[in-house]
Amino acid sequence: MEILLVLGCPLLGAALLAIVGAKRHAAEVSVAVSLATLLAAAALVTRVIRHGPMTAWDEEFFIDPFNVFLVALTALVGFTTAVFSRPYMRIEANQGRLTPGRLRLYHSMYQLFMAAMLLALTTNNMGFMWVAMEMATLSTVLLVSLYRTRASIEAAWKYFILCGVGIALALFGTALLYTAAEDLLGGEGMGALLWTHLDAVKGQLEPRVMGMAFVFLLVGYGTKVGLAPLHNWLPDAHAEGPTPVSAVLSGLLLNVALYAVIRCKILTDGALHSHLPGHMLMGFGLLSTVLASFFLWRQRDIKRLFAYSSIEHMGIITFAFGMGGPIANFAALLHMTMHSLTKSAIFFAAGHATQLSGTQRMDKIRGLLAIHPSVGWGLMLGGLAILGMPPFGVFTSEYLILTTAMRDHPWATPILLIALAVAFGAIFSRLQPMVYGDTDAQPLPHSPALVPVFIHLGIVLMMGLYIPPALAEWYRLAARLIGG
Amino acid sequence: MAPLSFATQVVQVLAGALLLISFAMLAERRSRRLLILLVWQGVVLVTSTVLVATSAHLTHLYYSAALTLLLKVCLLPWILFRLMRKLGIERDNEPLVNVPTLMLVGLGLVIFAFGLAQPVTALATTVLRHTLGIALAVILLSFLMILARRKAFTQVIGFLSLENGLFFAATSTTYGMPMVVELGMALDLLVAVFIFGIFFFHIREQFDSLDLDQLESLKED
Repeated sequence: MEILLVLGCPLLGAALLAIVGAKRHAAEVSVAVSLATLLAAAALVTRVIRHGPMTAWDEEFFIDPFNVFLVALTALVGFTTAVFSRPYMRIEANQGRLTPGRLRLYHSMYQLFMAAMLLALTTNNMGFMWVAMEMATLSTVLLVSLYRTRASIEAAWKYFILCGVGIALALFGTALLYTAAEDLLGGEGMGALLWTHLDAVKGQLEPRVMGMAFVFLLVGYGTKVGLAPLHNWLPDAHAEGPTPVSAVLSGLLLNVALYAVIRCKILTDGALHSHLPGHMLMGFGLLSTVLASFFLWRQRDIKRLFAYSSIEHMGIITFAFGMGGPIANFAALLHMTMHSLTKSAIFFAAGHATQLSGTQRMDKIRGLLAIHPSVGWGLMLGGLAILGMPPFGVFTSEYLILTTAMRDHPWATPILLIALAVAFGAIFSRLQPMVYGDTDAQPLPHSPALVPVFIHLGIVLMMGLYIPPALAEWYRLAARLIGG
Repeated sequence: MAPLSFATQVVQVLAGALLLISFAMLAERRSRRLLILLVWQGVVLVTSTVLVATSAHLTHLYYSAALTLLLKVCLLPWILFRLMRKLGIERDNEPLVNVPTLMLVGLGLVIFAFGLAQPVTALATTVLRHTLGIALAVILLSFLMILARRKAFTQVIGFLSLENGLFFAATSTTYGMPMVVELGMALDLLVAVFIFGIFFFHIREQFDSLDLDQLESLKED
């Protein structure tokens, strides 16, 4: 029942906004829909805490500690982003960058995108998971090109083709998975693609087919995670799309894609009885982290800078999942949450900074503290948080990942440390002049929505100082589930 | 090894035809002929699916063949033909450099695909299992086409040919995916082609042509 509400709210919202999206109060409707989704997600969480994992609708849907926390996170960030986009998109429309028709497209597709992500998270059927991931791509492609500038169309085309090809590989992986399971679970029914059924027999799945399936699934969904060397679409799509879209792409879509990869890893681990999937994740993770941190130095566009930082952090998380074991998984889940909240907060602040200065070029953005202190502070604190400064939560998770790496894979620690240091230098040296200094920029016509920024950063700060025992227990359960 | 039935032999011939069509696409310069080749690929796919369905007595494969016929042979080509006429690119010629190199790379990919398919082929139980190599080859050749071509329209044809390869792969290893999942995929594909259509107009509006060579501004500086 709760699952129906979680999926139904954004879906109905998308249909409703497709009709009324061009009206004056469309943004408020979107906020209300997102709030309803958040409440439904909260109800789902309470139910899972009380009654444990559950399946629904002939086992087509399935909730366990691992995906319920991502559902909650997705609904939360979805809501705060809707709150943020209300004034942000109004300012954009006032500046003449958007027409009412495009605002309607924006609001409607935004809700459809949320529905697609929530479906990908809650479905038990690996085939539907693929369909939902593709739906998430399709619904965001037109959002990336919302401004219809040359650069945005180019970014959207790249995103479409690269992710389309990537997701096609994932489909092939899914077909192989089905091949491996068909004999055990029967082909005609839907049983052979249900994750819970696959999980029950994972020890008997044919290892060679599963190994090959995992390679395709990893590369396919990995494209959407933004893992190097298939990360090319990510900075372009983040930089050229509207800021709320950058925030949800970075904060949510990457997580959902990684979730798909990890679900496949759990099955493959069981079938292979070896660490091959883990090693592959570690390899891709390290490569992405190192590559992204060096690319950070070459960025001039504020949103591209933080897009590369997303690649870096997804790399760290993938590496941690690759190491496996209760502590590394715990740290990876925590880092997923922290990155999602911090990065969306940074994009909110960066979006307003861009509106204040009228450009995304970092050398033209100056003196944010002087013109609008809360935007400046939001950007500065968000930047410090994402760089892993204590006492923010990112520090806790990175510290856990590094210490586990030191214990289990000492060779990887210096590589990670160098990448983190390089990223620190790159981001901090850009951040400082943007926040301090003098400016002649004009204040914004509408007051910006900075409440979401400080809510996100507040949660990140709290998690750095004190993780509530209930939440910690929840992460522990999910970490045990992932195993490895 | 037991002698193959007549239907199976025909299917294998059709699989060969599928591969040939992929190579022809790789070297075809005109948008219009490319689209016709895509339609042929769809026809071959439908015929082989029906043959497999009759020889293996699987009703759900008939449905999926009907879906393919409707979507890939009728609806999508119709949409694309209309788009082509509206955009006036029917006679567009795309300069292709190095066709021999492209063919050689393609050959290499086919060998690679057969090698890759070996372990799965040994395990699958379907009558079509030996065609998995061909299906993989079609997928890889479509990749090559997307990478090598610089026109938006051609890339979309490559994308659809990739989908055909995937469909063939699914039929040859497992007699197709469950019906509901296949419906979902068909829906996604249809929406994708609509979005591609919208994109063509946006790209042309901004760049005055569908040449992707002009989409080069987003480079790392």
